[in-house]
Amino acid sequence: MANLQIANLLVQGTQMLLVLALAPLLTGLVRKVKARLTRRRGASVFQPYRDLARLLNKEAVLAHNASWLFRAVPYLLFAATWVAAALVPTFGTGLIFSWSADLIVITALLGSARFFLALAGMDVGTSFGGIGSSREVMISSLAEPAMIMIVFSLALVAHSTQLSTIASVMVAGVGLRVSLALALVALAIVAVAENGRIPVDNPATHLELTMVHEAMVLEYSGRHLALIELAAQLKLLLFISLVACVFVPWGLAPAGAGAGAVVLGMASYGAKLAAGAVLLAVFETSIAKMRVFRVPDFLGAALMLGLLGTLLLFVSRIL
Amino acid sequence: MVNLSDLFARNGTLCRPWPRVSVNEAEWTGLCTELAAGRLTLSALFGDRIQGDLGAVHMALLEEATGRLALASLPCPTGAFPSVARHHPPAARLERTIRDLFGLTPVGAPDLRPWLDHARWGVRAPLGAATPDAGAGEAYPVLPVEGEGLHQIPVGPVHAGIIEPGHFRFSAYGETVVRLEERLGYVHKGMESLMAGRAPEEAARIAGRHSGDATVAYALAFCRAVEAARGVAVPERAHALRGLMAELERLANHLGDIGAICNDAAFAIMLAHCGVLRERVLRASARAFGHRLMMDRVVPGGVAQDITAEAIAGMKALVAEVRRAFPALVRLYDETASLQDRTVSTGFTKPDYVRQFGAGGFVGRASGRGFDARRALPYPPYDRLPFEVPVRSDGDVNARVWVRIREVEESLGLIIRLLDTLPKGDITVPVPAGGGEGVALVESFRGDVFAFVALESDGRVRRAHLRDPSWFQWPLLETAIEGNIVADFPLCNKSFNCSYSGVDL
Repeated sequence: MANLQIANLLVQGTQMLLVLALAPLLTGLVRKVKARLTRRRGASVFQPYRDLARLLNKEAVLAHNASWLFRAVPYLLFAATWVAAALVPTFGTGLIFSWSADLIVITALLGSARFFLALAGMDVGTSFGGIGSSREVMISSLAEPAMIMIVFSLALVAHSTQLSTIASVMVAGVGLRVSLALALVALAIVAVAENGRIPVDNPATHLELTMVHEAMVLEYSGRHLALIELAAQLKLLLFISLVACVFVPWGLAPAGAGAGAVVLGMASYGAKLAAGAVLLAVFETSIAKMRVFRVPDFLGAALMLGLLGTLLLFVSRIL
Repeated sequence: MVNLSDLFARNGTLCRPWPRVSVNEAEWTGLCTELAAGRLTLSALFGDRIQGDLGAVHMALLEEATGRLALASLPCPTGAFPSVARHHPPAARLERTIRDLFGLTPVGAPDLRPWLDHARWGVRAPLGAATPDAGAGEAYPVLPVEGEGLHQIPVGPVHAGIIEPGHFRFSAYGETVVRLEERLGYVHKGMESLMAGRAPEEAARIAGRHSGDATVAYALAFCRAVEAARGVAVPERAHALRGLMAELERLANHLGDIGAICNDAAFAIMLAHCGVLRERVLRASARAFGHRLMMDRVVPGGVAQDITAEAIAGMKALVAEVRRAFPALVRLYDETASLQDRTVSTGFTKPDYVRQFGAGGFVGRASGRGFDARRALPYPPYDRLPFEVPVRSDGDVNARVWVRIREVEESLGLIIRLLDTLPKGDITVPVPAGGGEGVALVESFRGDVFAFVALESDGRVRRAHLRDPSWFQWPLLETAIEGNIVADFPLCNKSFNCSYSGVDL
């Protein structure tokens, strides 16, 4: 029993470091694929690491009227996102933190991170920060309920809101279910919105007036910006990992598995991340950004799909 | 009442090929009411100093139905002239510019705020009295917008992207724009002072730098005005080469614009593909004329460089390549629903405003004003070339993209036609030194560029004025964004693609 605990602790520790180490690479990969799709050579996939190192070495410039909140938010944001990312099974399900924090906690962690970032966006009082915060809150007010609906659908299937359990149930096989298909589509939409990807937001834009996430963080620099960027990268990794662990859970090392299973789990996780990055890049290249006021329709669809999935499960156990 | 025929009836031999006539204040005001009634279109309004220190204002008037243009000049011995903007709003910024540069006051003008002068030049009225000024900059009162829940969003003049500087003040209700006010003048270079006193050859180089993306059109407008003033007949081959360069410039800019508009809707793949095509055009231009933008290739009397047989072959290969690749991009644009959702019905420009302002180029043609200087006041080589002027009536971002798409196709046809019928002979004739005044109207990719050049008797430039098409497009951008959301502004702005440098002089 003690051995299992130590093994799980190791798995958890590895997971925490792994997500932190892989997050910039994932973003780099998405950017690389997008560059290749638009006939550019693109920067190296390791460029995000260099950017982070550069930002960490730079001086952080603060507005005169920035409050303590403005300085504290990058750390809060980073911490909350990192913890959330560490709770999603990546290569193995034996995560000991998983028993203390379930999918609802992950949603709440991301929600509070966003709450603080939106406050920070307004803190300095620039109009862009205000616009960004207002748009972000409009988007999240629809993305969060949709996310909760997805959680309910999954919980009804797996009889648990803990991701390790859900993943184990999924590996064991629940068959093809309509409700899960609806949840997958809804989760994909929420993931796109939460990460500020096209068509909801454009992470590569220079147009201040169209920004959402970038507008909120325009005033940040140096180590603060590095933390915010890393948090954003972690969030993208989190959502791809979430989709992978719930809907393609194969290869996950079960709790207390040997080294062989862990290596297999890592390899399959790497493949899933790469596939996710490529799919995201292809999707983003093939679609234009939508008008800001279409975003509620888009997220409304996610909410409805999530709700429908939940209702279907109430109606029938096999759907 | 005074109308254009009256001006033509007078002895207006002062200026070629269209007359310039001195009028009195009553006639000036009469012409303003003609403008207000829509019977004439304001083509240019600019200041001057005639006979030593006497200030004067010139107004270029266009009668679109007959394709006639005439200039009315009003001497201003008291340093004031009756405001045109009072009757005809499109003149407002032009009058403010006259006041800034010459110190001539438009009496009764609705807006007397400075326009180009940000009080940082160290001098007031640099082309007029040129009085020294401390020049520390001064606050600029933006137009007030009142109402509950309104907030202001200041944007620029420093932007995140690589674009020219301009300040945009949005008054917004939530995301909806209630009013946009532009403030320009940040790239004032003193073009008119720089051109004055120089030989036409030197001034042509400066003229070509008013707005670098339309350098061929600007140089052409200036050179045509100089040639008209001196009565020089340019060789046929030079006309054809000038046309070729103008169409290459149009092609490159339209391709760049189509991609850039789509990129502002985060559809980067269009920018990538259009960017490749634009680059091919620029490289072919560099091979043929020795400069990617063909800067300084149009000179008074002709063109600076002849095209080789090899370059002609390269140009034809370019046209073939664009013709092969472009239809697929047009389909991609037209069939991407998410992109259409952004461009259709966004940034609608009213046909009435377009007519009133005499907005040219894709802005005018997308809102039903089919004016094209190449067609309305034909100049060589277009007088012998068949081409279509695409006109749409929907007036939104999508329409402005489609006008560009159609013009790309027309330009490709024109390039082939020009290459196939390239006359033999000289590419330049000497321009004999001497005085005179000349006017020209040349179609740039943005719209019609107006040029007025007055030469001293020793052949140097006394006064040159080039009016960018954007003078009459920038104000319409303010109307196009009204009622749209803030986030759609970049898309509207890119679809207008007005020149900052060209209007900042």
